[in-house]
Amino acid sequence: MASLRDIKNRITSTKKTSQITKAMEMVSASKLSRAESNAKAFVPYMAKVEEVVASIAVGAKDATHPMLVSRPVKKTAYLVITSDRGLAGAYNSNVIRAAYNAIQSRHTSKDEYVVMTVGRVGRDFFAKKEVNIIDSILGLPDQPIFADIKEITSKAVAMYADEAFDELYMYYNHFVSAISQEVTEKKVLPLTDVASVSSKVSSYEFDPSAEAILEVLLPQYAESLIYGALLDGKASEHAARMTAMRSATDNAKELIDSLSLSYNRARQAAITQEITEIVGGVAALE
Amino acid sequence: MKTVKVSIVTPDGPVYESDVEMVSTKAQSGDLGVLPGHIPMVAPLEIGAVRLKKEGHTDYVAVTGGFLEVRPEQVTILAQAAEPADQIDIERAKEAKHRAEDKLKQDNMDFKRAELALRRAINRIEVYQHDR
Repeated sequence: MASLRDIKNRITSTKKTSQITKAMEMVSASKLSRAESNAKAFVPYMAKVEEVVASIAVGAKDATHPMLVSRPVKKTAYLVITSDRGLAGAYNSNVIRAAYNAIQSRHTSKDEYVVMTVGRVGRDFFAKKEVNIIDSILGLPDQPIFADIKEITSKAVAMYADEAFDELYMYYNHFVSAISQEVTEKKVLPLTDVASVSSKVSSYEFDPSAEAILEVLLPQYAESLIYGALLDGKASEHAARMTAMRSATDNAKELIDSLSLSYNRARQAAITQEITEIVGGVAALE
Repeated sequence: MKTVKVSIVTPDGPVYESDVEMVSTKAQSGDLGVLPGHIPMVAPLEIGAVRLKKEGHTDYVAVTGGFLEVRPEQVTILAQAAEPADQIDIERAKEAKHRAEDKLKQDNMDFKRAELALRRAINRIEVYQHDR
């Protein structure tokens, strides 16, 4: 049986750990509410862009753009959105597993795909697997603004336009609720499902022409899709971390309870033994 | 006077919302003024200022990478970045201007990017000065 002091030490250190996890839980909770409101602020922009894209796609059928057309796939790109730090439960491992499994089942050779990563965890994983990583962002702030990710989104869109790859999928955790996040695969490029987005369509005049507008609009649309996924991923990250830290705090509490119990037992045993020894000693003197 | 509802929306949220008498801005095909009751129209915008006239004064908003969507009763400007004149960080804009100018002086291949950065910075500074 462990000595009294050992148990005491374990109780103190567990208590300290639980203080930290408790603090992290509260920090994540406040970040989560910020991330949720960021995601909400983005909705009107996305909705508007979608509406205009759809109305052009429907209203000007003859207007076409390379980003709308599927071409034979020689190379596929995967954008995997992870976090920089761990301690977020299964947040990172879920999304990485989904992406890696998909890659494994779809491709036979390493020349057929490239990977872009957001976050340290994803980069490290794919670097270890010796996958060709063409771009990665580290140190994304907790409340990203559009300018922070402009570089990776425009690079992705530009590389697609240059035919460096012919398809772009992204993998991220979709925020369902504070306790549930879903790994989601989304095909970003080519934009094949644009026409199906439309609900209410107004017919516009295009200045100078529908093609010229698609030229400006479609890259922005694709970039917004990626930005939206990123905001979604951030909200999920904070939610996942909050849940993980809450269960860590709960576990620490349980551990402290059971350790206190054995501490009290050990102390009682020591006292009982002492009394027995004294009684024994007195008896021997008589 | 008749007014039209204007909203300027960026990925980071709406930045401007108001009823105005006239919107004038610079589209890729030239300067463009929109009055209430305009036919539905879509046009991409240059990096530039959006002038919103209402009740005798004019609001200025610096806009980057946007396009304009017009409907008879509503004008929406979607932009990757937009700041009303009173929210422009003038020090930062000046700094960005110097940086871009330095880059343009050097002989490097990112000429286009530096030029765009310079135009954004100059646009912000101009919009800021209009408002004074």
